[in-house]
Amino acid sequence: MRYAMAVDTRKCVGCNDCVVACQTENDVPVGHCRDWIVEVTTGTYPELQLEIRSERCNHCANAPCVRTCPTEASHYAAGGIVLVEESECIGCKACITSCPYDARFVHPEGYVDKCTFCAHRVEKGQDPACVSVCPTHAMVFGDLDDPNSEISKAMATRKWKSLIPEAGTDPKVFYLL
Amino acid sequence: MNRREFIKIAGVGAGSLAFATPLFDFSKGEVLAPDVHPGMYSKRTPTYCEICFWKCAGWVHTNDKGKIWKITGNDDDPHSNGRLCPRGTGGVGMYTDEDRLKTPLIRTGERGKQVFREASWDEAFTYIADSLKKIAEEHGPECTALFTHGSGGHYFGNLLKAYGSNNIAAPSYAQCRGPREVGFIATYGEGVQSPERVDIRDTRCLVLIGSHFGENMHNGPVQEIAQATAKGASIITVDPRFSTIASKSKFWLPIKPATDMALLLAWMHVIIYEDLYDEAYIEKYAYGFEDLKAHVAQMTPEWAYGITTIKPDVIRETAREMANASPRVIIHPGRHVTWYGDDSQRLRAVAMLNALLGSWGRRGGFYNPAKVAFKQYPHPPFPKPDRSWKDAFPGKYKLAGLALASGICDATVPTTERDCSFKAWIVNGTNLIHTLPNQANTLKAIDALDLMVVVDTMPMEITGYADVVLPECTYLERYDDIRVSPHREPTIALRMPAAEPKYNTKPAWWIAKGIADKMGLGHYFPYKDMEEKLDWELKQLGTSLDEMKRIGVKKFKREEDDLYPLQNLDDFEFYTNTGKIELFSTAMEDEGYDPLPKYTAHEEPPYGYYRLIYGRAPMHTFSRTANNPLLSDLMDENSVWVNPKIAKEWDLKNDQYVWLENQDGVVSKTPIKVRVTERIRFDSVYMVHGFGHTNKKLSRASGRGASDADLITRVHIDPVMGGTGMRGNFVTFRFEAGKEVAS
Repeated sequence: MRYAMAVDTRKCVGCNDCVVACQTENDVPVGHCRDWIVEVTTGTYPELQLEIRSERCNHCANAPCVRTCPTEASHYAAGGIVLVEESECIGCKACITSCPYDARFVHPEGYVDKCTFCAHRVEKGQDPACVSVCPTHAMVFGDLDDPNSEISKAMATRKWKSLIPEAGTDPKVFYLL
Repeated sequence: MNRREFIKIAGVGAGSLAFATPLFDFSKGEVLAPDVHPGMYSKRTPTYCEICFWKCAGWVHTNDKGKIWKITGNDDDPHSNGRLCPRGTGGVGMYTDEDRLKTPLIRTGERGKQVFREASWDEAFTYIADSLKKIAEEHGPECTALFTHGSGGHYFGNLLKAYGSNNIAAPSYAQCRGPREVGFIATYGEGVQSPERVDIRDTRCLVLIGSHFGENMHNGPVQEIAQATAKGASIITVDPRFSTIASKSKFWLPIKPATDMALLLAWMHVIIYEDLYDEAYIEKYAYGFEDLKAHVAQMTPEWAYGITTIKPDVIRETAREMANASPRVIIHPGRHVTWYGDDSQRLRAVAMLNALLGSWGRRGGFYNPAKVAFKQYPHPPFPKPDRSWKDAFPGKYKLAGLALASGICDATVPTTERDCSFKAWIVNGTNLIHTLPNQANTLKAIDALDLMVVVDTMPMEITGYADVVLPECTYLERYDDIRVSPHREPTIALRMPAAEPKYNTKPAWWIAKGIADKMGLGHYFPYKDMEEKLDWELKQLGTSLDEMKRIGVKKFKREEDDLYPLQNLDDFEFYTNTGKIELFSTAMEDEGYDPLPKYTAHEEPPYGYYRLIYGRAPMHTFSRTANNPLLSDLMDENSVWVNPKIAKEWDLKNDQYVWLENQDGVVSKTPIKVRVTERIRFDSVYMVHGFGHTNKKLSRASGRGASDADLITRVHIDPVMGGTGMRGNFVTFRFEAGKEVAS
């Protein structure tokens, strides 16, 4: 089982619903977020392109955060989801420095926090909160090992990219183009 | 992944609560199986959203401590299809906002200075009732007006009617969508309504003129645009700004602002003279086709090019794109359409273009909405007022279908000609200082009032001018009227409290009923509480409050199978004078207005000034959400979009703060951050509406960003219906604050 997420940049309007839904679902303190929106404009007026992405922890298969964590608080859980065991976290921030995606932050309670792919929902067969609220259905979540999963089909039929592939982290969040 | 891990992730000590007995009241809402985190129970209660007026139905989830946890969409609701927008999801922040109004207040200081003393509800009601009685005796009850935007309007409206006035205005008419209704009614005999009757789901071509869905997060259309484009529909976006939706469009027409009418006329020219129109449809339903054909004979794409800056081949190509999709094409009427003062006529042109393409009453065009016949809880008939707001404007705005908020405001400023100006305002859920253009005029009107009552959840700028401030609880803490909405299928939705009202706040219905009781008008509110009223009303529809608490939304069958009444050229009589679709409007002609829309050149920005264009951000609604802790966390200030060429001329850098000064020398009260971007024309600047609050009681919003409303001092009034055109203001950059210090 390899969990992954695909964000359709053609559908995403950058409304931030995914961000608020994550904050309420996971009680993320105001001022912090586990996912966020990036808008990239290219070209000059009037020949312009705009790419909008909902970004988060990439749940890398070769995760620098897991490698650098001195206490093994950062670890791979079922399906390749990268999690932080907060009781083991000493707040050294090595993972924050090593993450090329800037996906982690220090929770006011002292441990490092980030996207969990809503593991508590996924375990019950639900989509992560961000996916479940998206008004344009721009995100799909599922198992890459299942060829019939929605995400496998999307990846097979659409052009896609991942972020900073040159970092060699084998990210599991993809962007459909 | 084991269970221990995600108990930890929950980070709320869920483990210790693991098997606690749920403590909630089972009579309210539905208790679900463990849903939050293992061992935590949650309860869900139905609601419909109040953050904007799309009114999506959803569920409020509370945890076992009764704390509101999250809000999600109701799958059965055609407004939300189970998915709320960021504002709906962030509605929790409206409830948790610690800056909320907390108790009734009576003003003790100068108007606008926000100096009040706390009062009891009884004291506040007595104050209001005594003042209203005095005004009725001295000037007549008609001199009292209600401004409302939201669910409370119904109860305060009934209070006003019981008292003897029907001057009930919503800024959503004259400041927003009024011209659209007038333009469509003049053409089809019916308006566009809300939610708009556009069949985006099944369209093949969607034309958006200034509409910026995606940034405007009206949920239904945003969802349906994603569905339609996934099925291959094309979008044509006309906007001086490269909006989010422009970036997803097949064609982006970066039109010179204020010239849309020329483009619409040229499109009609191409469609008529290239024989692209729906001949059978026009033959059967339309009146005045030959008049229109002659009218647009000279309005070629070459003519329009010189006005709009859109190249003739692009005008032709886009006209053909629409015609190829006909009748599954929508030239979208938009919503906030009060731009240049000839807006009813522009929206007439939009309606006519749709008619030429045969999209009205057809699949993929405009559907025929249905709603249930809803019977209100009975009350005695209201007295008939002797005067209405229209009497203040003899011979003007003849096609206005609803009261004009701006008209009432104007009629409050005393003049020698009028025997009675307005003496009292009740303002519910609308921050008139930011909502109405021309603030100086609004303040002059307020100054002439004997009484102003503001009912709101938040301390806004308008509350500072009130004599009495009444704190309303949020929509998450109250019952409201059943949402009865027109859609493809009729539905109703219930809003019920998910938590007790915080602080000393109360629902609008309770407030209106309380004032009525004090004034001896209690018999117009003959129910004990909302549960009694709603249950009676729901039973008339064959359901009940108990059932609605469980399901939240109920769908009904359409009475007739007429979703697309013109699909097969069926016989149809339109509610116009001729019974036809009026390309030539007899109603306009009868009232002395142009029966066919004409292009009028609008004023252009003076040298060194740029047209001020404003719009929406997906996470905010007007000025009402700026302090919401969840939503302000996403966007806590607006910026002014400046084309790089202009930025270079002025030596403006990204993130630099500037003040904006308009053509009348009015300077923004607060500075605004510069955003240098290719996404805006060189002759315009753009900002998101709703920022630049000056009320210091808004701890997150005060002083953040700037208010476009401050700068809209010049208003172009639509002579047909009194709409306030607000896009005729021009601004330049200043590097220091204006003389007037922000209050």
